[in-house]
Amino acid sequence: MFKILKKTEIAPKIYEFIIHAPEIARKAFPGHFIICMAEEIGERIPLTVADYDREAGTITLVLMQVGVSTTKLARLQEGDSLYALIGPLGHPSEMGKFGTVILVAGGVGTAPVYPIAKMLHELGNHVIVIQGARNQELLFWTDKIAAVCDEHIITTDDGSYGRKGLVTEPLKEILEARRDEVKYVWTIGPAIMMKFCAKTTEPYGVTTFASLNTIMIDGTGMCGGCRVTVGQKTFFTCCDGPEFDAHQIDWDSVLKRQQVYKCQEKCSMDRYVEEYQKTVDS
Amino acid sequence: MKNIKDISPSRTPMREQDPKIRAHNFQEVPLGYSPEEARQEAARCLNCKKPMCVTGCPVNVNIPAFIELVDQGEFAAAARMIKKTNALPAVCGRVCPQESQCESKCILRHKMEPVAIGRLERFVADYERENNLVEIPAKDPPRGKSIAVVGAGPAGLTVAGDLILAGYDVTIFEAFHKPGGVLMYGIPEFRLPKKIVEKEVQYLSMLGVKFEMNQVIGRSITIQELLSERGFSAVFIGVGAGLPSFMRIPGTELGGVYSANEYLTRSNLMKAYLFPKYDTPIVIGKNVTVIGGGNVAMDAARTALRLGAETVTVVYRRSETELPARAEEVHHAKEEGIQFKLLTNPVALHGDENGLVQSMTCIEMELGEPDESGRRRPVEKPGSEFEMSTDLVIFSVGTGANPILTKSANLELNKWGYILADENGRTSMDGVWAGGDIVTGAATVIEAMGAGRAAAKDIRKYLES
Repeated sequence: MFKILKKTEIAPKIYEFIIHAPEIARKAFPGHFIICMAEEIGERIPLTVADYDREAGTITLVLMQVGVSTTKLARLQEGDSLYALIGPLGHPSEMGKFGTVILVAGGVGTAPVYPIAKMLHELGNHVIVIQGARNQELLFWTDKIAAVCDEHIITTDDGSYGRKGLVTEPLKEILEARRDEVKYVWTIGPAIMMKFCAKTTEPYGVTTFASLNTIMIDGTGMCGGCRVTVGQKTFFTCCDGPEFDAHQIDWDSVLKRQQVYKCQEKCSMDRYVEEYQKTVDS
Repeated sequence: MKNIKDISPSRTPMREQDPKIRAHNFQEVPLGYSPEEARQEAARCLNCKKPMCVTGCPVNVNIPAFIELVDQGEFAAAARMIKKTNALPAVCGRVCPQESQCESKCILRHKMEPVAIGRLERFVADYERENNLVEIPAKDPPRGKSIAVVGAGPAGLTVAGDLILAGYDVTIFEAFHKPGGVLMYGIPEFRLPKKIVEKEVQYLSMLGVKFEMNQVIGRSITIQELLSERGFSAVFIGVGAGLPSFMRIPGTELGGVYSANEYLTRSNLMKAYLFPKYDTPIVIGKNVTVIGGGNVAMDAARTALRLGAETVTVVYRRSETELPARAEEVHHAKEEGIQFKLLTNPVALHGDENGLVQSMTCIEMELGEPDESGRRRPVEKPGSEFEMSTDLVIFSVGTGANPILTKSANLELNKWGYILADENGRTSMDGVWAGGDIVTGAATVIEAMGAGRAAAKDIRKYLES
């Protein structure tokens, strides 16, 4: 089960995995997420589904290698299997024929934006994707995204490709010029980017969804570690989300909760690198 | 018939790890009986003609019969006697609240201490396992029908054990990567070693029960699909309660604030107590506060102590008499140095600039008139607020019904979202039974097993008539 059929490094330290998971593929929709483990002693990691193929019985995951758990996943090879994989979890994205929609994808957030854009496009919406990355090297899936949208704006922080600057700039310009056309905005990427996208759209009163990727254990409503404050109320990202009204999210607590294990993560990574070096040396 | 005058008035004590030592390790607290101690205790049983103890057991273990076998030194046979009605004796011998079940009905209790039934159950199960004497009992001939069990916790494992022996093909679906449910994620190692849970699960595998891990029923497969596409003749739902409650006070979103579910799952299932050997981290608190007074609260408090806390304080809004935890758990916790701040309730948590909890405002309570539960209602004492310094707060104030499965099926629910089922576990959906916490709300391991037993019996009735 959960065999890796194909692995591609689509940008430095960003990997695309096509995984055999027919039961999940059959039920997956844009916006869903899964939880996976690389090995028995590993962490349970939530990842948003980046694509699925019901006929082939596969799902696509994209992950960026950051800490120990993502490094362990990134080191798995074609033919290897994930130790655990559950899903599809959470609620799918709101779908329908709305008119014009904007999807703001930041960094690795491009992956979960893809299936949402694709379905919205298929449903006949005018889809605008603003895709941002730190630099040209870190951009991926630009062709795939281009194929499922009507307008595609690419930004890089350093101007090495597309427009120089942050995703919030074209977002603001479009809203300034065409506010009445735009029905919904989605923002998926680093929490800090989503926070500023929410700040950008708020004055225009456009309903904006942000897909949260909080720390969680079970993903089925049992641990409560993924709780988030939305409009003064507590919600669980796993079973109430992962998408919430971006204007109502208490972003500062989302950002702070991501940092809770910062020290442990560093300690774990240092130890892993040391052990890995030992096995490489011997 | 033994003469009651010849019986020792007090039960044979069980050795325990010294509190000062055990407060710093995750090894089991009680050390179990030796064969001699077991026989000595078994000799106290009067072998009553009408054994009341059996009526106190939710799965009706034939207690006098197994104790008689212990008395005769037939320990493995005693274990097999229990297993006729209880697939998990090593677990039950450790975590059942015997003092309010079988032992509360023991005839001796009118004059002296009741027979230590739980300790004997634990002893025989351990003896059989440790001496490799586990045998596969004869099963009924195959009936050509298959049963799906959703959730590999105490209720589901019991249903599976009963129905596999009755000749059914049984598959258990579990959302986590390891079977055992609360026995794996909830109850800590020092109360129930995970090796023992694994062995009891292995016993079910040896009987032929199949396990499909990583299946979130309701998401990857629905109940309806189990019946139609997968061809199961009946489904038993034992998915446990779920959704942990947090109090509606400011600051529960801070870092260093956990539900007991999360804290214990990190430590037990994900083995965060072995971090960084295992990858899952856990916040280590210096001054830990546990809110709530149940068994889960005791487990969380004692885990925090073992993870290196300098002080651990249980904050409970009623008085000692109302503590819902078993007396033995409270006793063990106190021996280890856990402090109790009774008649106290938190009103706000405060964080530092990094969003980590650093203190808590509490208010003193007093007991007023009895509420609907019959317990005296705690009332705030105006103006009695005070500050407590704390860097790790664990809420153990109950759970609500998990909607993931119930929302995906056409099941009738009660007003709290739990599945409506009759005394045999039958739900509103034809061919679907349910039992354990998803029906009753949070309860004990053995009550869930009792519900599993009743459902298994009723499933047989339904399929065999």
